[in-house]
Amino acid sequence: MSDKTPVLVMRGITKRFPGGTLANDSIDLDLREREIHALLGENGAGKTTLMNILYGLVTPDEGEIRIDGAPVTIQGPADAIARGIGMVHQHFMLVPVLTVAENVVLGQEITRVGGILDLRAAERRIRELAERLGFTVDPRARVDQLSLGQQQRVEILKAIYRGARILVLDEPTAVLTPQETREIFGVLRRLREEGTSIIFITHKLDEVLEIADRITVIRRGKVVGTRKPAETNENELAELMVGRAVSLRVDRGQSHPGDVMLEVIGLRVLDDRRHEVCQGVDLTVRSGEIVGIAGVGGNGQDELVECVVGLRKPIAGTIRLAGRDITRLSVEERRDLGVAYVPADRQRFGLVLPYLLPDNFVLTRYGEVPYAAGLGGFIRQDRPIRAEAGRLAKEFDVRASSLDIAAATLSGGNQQKVVVAREFRHDLKVLVVDQPTRGLDVGSIEFIHKQVIERRDAGVAVLLVSAELDEVLDLSDRILVMYRGRIVGSFAAAEAQREKVGLLMATGEARP
Amino acid sequence: MRNWRVRLAPTWAKASIPVYSIVLAFAVAAIVVIVSSVFTETGFSPLLPFAAYASLFAGAFGSGTSIGNALVSAAPLMFGGLAVGLGLKAGLFNIGVAGQFLVGAFAAAVTGASLATAPTIVGMPLAILVGATAGAAYGFIPGYLKARTGAHEVVTTIMLNNAAVLLLTWTVNDLARAPGFSFPRTGETGQSALPILLGRNLHLGIVFAVVAIFVIRWILDRTTLGFEIRTVGANPSAARYAGMRPVFITALTMTVSGLLAGLAGAIQMLGVIGFYAPGITASVGFDSIAVALLGRSDPIGILFAALLFGAFRAGAPLMQIETSVPIEVIDIIQALVILFLAADLIVRKVFRVRAPKVEITEMATVTGSWGGASGGSSGAGAPR
Amino acid sequence: MDILALPRLTWEFLVYLFLVMPDLLPIILSLATPLALGALCGVLGERSGVVNIGIEGIMLMAAFFGYLTGFAFHEPLGSGVALALGIAASIATGAVLGLLHAWLTVTVRADQIIAGTMMNIAAFGVTGYLNRLIITPSGRGGAGVITPFHLPDQLASLPLVGPILAMFLDQGPIAMSVIVLVLVSQFALFRTRWGLRTRAVGEHPKAADTVGIDVFRQRYMNVIMGCAFAGLAGAYLTLESTGSFQNGMTGGRGFIALAAVIFGRWTPLGSFLGALLFGTATAFGIIVNVRPAEGDLGALMKTIPTFWYAALPYLITVVILAGVVGRSTPPAADGIPYAKEGKG
Repeated sequence: MSDKTPVLVMRGITKRFPGGTLANDSIDLDLREREIHALLGENGAGKTTLMNILYGLVTPDEGEIRIDGAPVTIQGPADAIARGIGMVHQHFMLVPVLTVAENVVLGQEITRVGGILDLRAAERRIRELAERLGFTVDPRARVDQLSLGQQQRVEILKAIYRGARILVLDEPTAVLTPQETREIFGVLRRLREEGTSIIFITHKLDEVLEIADRITVIRRGKVVGTRKPAETNENELAELMVGRAVSLRVDRGQSHPGDVMLEVIGLRVLDDRRHEVCQGVDLTVRSGEIVGIAGVGGNGQDELVECVVGLRKPIAGTIRLAGRDITRLSVEERRDLGVAYVPADRQRFGLVLPYLLPDNFVLTRYGEVPYAAGLGGFIRQDRPIRAEAGRLAKEFDVRASSLDIAAATLSGGNQQKVVVAREFRHDLKVLVVDQPTRGLDVGSIEFIHKQVIERRDAGVAVLLVSAELDEVLDLSDRILVMYRGRIVGSFAAAEAQREKVGLLMATGEARP
Repeated sequence: MRNWRVRLAPTWAKASIPVYSIVLAFAVAAIVVIVSSVFTETGFSPLLPFAAYASLFAGAFGSGTSIGNALVSAAPLMFGGLAVGLGLKAGLFNIGVAGQFLVGAFAAAVTGASLATAPTIVGMPLAILVGATAGAAYGFIPGYLKARTGAHEVVTTIMLNNAAVLLLTWTVNDLARAPGFSFPRTGETGQSALPILLGRNLHLGIVFAVVAIFVIRWILDRTTLGFEIRTVGANPSAARYAGMRPVFITALTMTVSGLLAGLAGAIQMLGVIGFYAPGITASVGFDSIAVALLGRSDPIGILFAALLFGAFRAGAPLMQIETSVPIEVIDIIQALVILFLAADLIVRKVFRVRAPKVEITEMATVTGSWGGASGGSSGAGAPR
Repeated sequence: MDILALPRLTWEFLVYLFLVMPDLLPIILSLATPLALGALCGVLGERSGVVNIGIEGIMLMAAFFGYLTGFAFHEPLGSGVALALGIAASIATGAVLGLLHAWLTVTVRADQIIAGTMMNIAAFGVTGYLNRLIITPSGRGGAGVITPFHLPDQLASLPLVGPILAMFLDQGPIAMSVIVLVLVSQFALFRTRWGLRTRAVGEHPKAADTVGIDVFRQRYMNVIMGCAFAGLAGAYLTLESTGSFQNGMTGGRGFIALAAVIFGRWTPLGSFLGALLFGTATAFGIIVNVRPAEGDLGALMKTIPTFWYAALPYLITVVILAGVVGRSTPPAADGIPYAKEGKG
């Protein structure tokens, strides 16, 4: 790290989105040469917007950007790339059906006469670059066959292939296991040695202290502080991020497990492409306990959960609710027996966005008395529907100007509250929650965690699936690890160590 | 004074774009008429559109008979518009109204002819029922295929339209040909025809059509079945999660859609045409699409849109006679209306209408199911 | 008819097919030509992410305007020039309508299926209107059909190879160019920079955007090019195949082309094979009338009503769609308009 002119200076960046949100409020940021600079903030703080401005995807309303001291206006991604800025997005910008080579060279292809692609030359170049960074990659592999960690490295190759001197990574470790995180940090350190300056966006405090040379904290669109890791700690950073003292760990309290409520025995499930994605899963959940499934996305958790709830049929195995075989029952039948589900993709499965709030609040009970009566439950009854909607909105603190607005206009946190309010009834036996706090702000996360624990204390058997290892470790009374369609580890909360769990998540084995 | 403005506001918000679309469509069509008047014997005539439109409206509203004609033309369009509109609510685009119409018309014709001497109270309802059933069956086929295999109804219904014409031509020629006529056709419907209510040709079918409008509206807005249909159209994945069965709803909706189109054919047959012969064309097919889109898939909107288009179709022949402007100009206007509805950006810019808030996007479901994609699980892997 | 007759009838059927092959193959290609060109239009569009169900309408309009042009210049400029101008007019019509479709779907972001439906309705309206206004009253002769190229008889009579050569070369220029266009498109889509960018834009436009590819430009270009092919199909119908124009003469070919696209898994070569398949179905219906089979087979075939032969291509389309569509996946962004977020 040198103290010369910073490689990148962003001064006074302001961006207001249509609808009034002030995403960036006069932000100053500078990046020195050979530095890893972390941008820390919770979901919705404005970090991604700032980097989208840097990459030319968004135009700022005010502010100045200087590269190597000279002011620049960045017209778009092509311009950003030409100026040496590379970006690895949170949701990978890779075309799944194309190969690694095709993805890396896309937009700056190596061609022969007539525009014919020279993929052989591309493959050679890619192998060279990968070697310099300390890893290997098969340029001919199709991207959708790669693991998420490998895909991420392809994204980095893309940026380096285009000569990036400034590399921005947006939440790079969101989908990685602890081991893969360690590997990617190794790559980043190699890049720093080679002369690349790196901006690292994240909301994970421990990572930031491990990898960053400097940390800038953003809260609600404003910079609230810049620190060196040696000068600070997790608690101070958390307080800067949220603006008040935060208990980093939710108080789970003691669980009092009762009878076995949910059993899954020998479950084998196919995914949409007919691959066997659950290869004999066994698990039990007792009433009054939270069982959390840790695992990198794509190891069968989503399909497992869909089978438990009734949205997917297994090819073998049994599911039992309080001893009763429910494997053949439909979604509604299971719901009537007391199974509730908070889906991972709330906008696709949990809500009908164009519908007004009352319809969304009773979406899964639209056919029940009193919401439908007359002619054998055929005619809908507006008044009971509205009454229930009003009651739930109040009880679960859904912030909305009135009931007669479309669910699409709610914030992510409020949308999730609608889903949760609808599903967290008082007569539940089993609650299945999948990624319950993805993309939510800290306040909503706290609220939902509290609600889950309350349900547990009321005797509900809770099955939790989350890609956020910390959430699983915090909330669960028992932790299962899922890898390649099997449960490869089972721990009581007290025995579970982050390293051990992470290793199982990454490799399926207890020893490296 | 302010009261009715405030109360009408939400209705105007929904109706403004369709109304402006029609106005703009007439304006652009006028340009087409002016430009093409170069090719007529009377030569270039910038005033031609005005004369043409005047004749059109005279032919549609000018006299009691004209209004009767407009209502008679509107009746099948109400059924057809409901057919397309109901499908759209469930995320289905039924372009097969033409084929279902013909099948229903044929079935009604044959039944009516065989009951021609029976009392009207027996023959007429039976013929209508048979027509409706035939249409329903012909709507079931693409519905079932879409539900089970994902075969997109946009292509299958058009193929079935063509097949229907061929099938019915052969049937009339070889199987159901009534004796004693110089060309192939079904027999007289006699007493099975729809009773005339007013004037020369305003038949009972218009009453059935209006009743159907309100029945469908009630089903969609007030019943659980209607809620299921709308949810399957708005978000098939959430519908599954809520315990609805999209496969069943898809098949059912296409069947009911076909039933409505079959009814269109039946009342047109029993009220106007009277017999089935090869060569009967159904402009109802495309007209119904325009009516449904203009009415925003809403039954009341469809009611008004059907009246409007019925008026156009009724008035067009007079326009062609008096000004030599071909009746196909109505097709052009229709296409332009759809263009402006689809690209409502244009209308909003021209007439300075503010963007509507959140709309039901069932067209997204129609287009989204093009490649047979199912509303399956949320993908694993990188968070969306 | 007893069950024992089945093997004998099957054998007779195969012999019959072999005998009519020389006549059957050229008919297959000529029937497949508009389907193949329409399918190319569909492939180019959908590979870029744009669904176009208005291929039928574009074909019809192009057929009409090509005919109109040939018709207008037939007497003053002579047959050859008139035909060439007619083909040019058809291609131009296709390209202009492609521009309209691209504008509606890419810039205005209107629903793509409605945009296509509008194109179809407009085509019927405009061509019917102008036909009634201009052509019908004049009652003059047709545009003059392009005289197809004829293969020298020695080549055509070669065993086995002969009929295949005849199929491809005993045709008019448009039909002969189809196989070339298909092969070039197939190569270009998978081996060139243009093809890579097209596929990227159709699968994951955001990814393409973030590496600096102009998604809108790529889609506009491909839709216009594809619709020019559809225009060529229209030219074939009026100028190479029949020499006259009838209202609605496309007869559903544009939709059959869409089925061919799905059947061919969105590849030029695959959809060409699909077009051949559908062409075969129709050709078969023609052949049994022109060269009926003899004996028992002939008697059996005569009892099948002509309706089945005529409806065969439509019914096969439905069957193919039902069987194939769930198993093949379209480009991931097919039918989804692309919106850049946050700019300006």
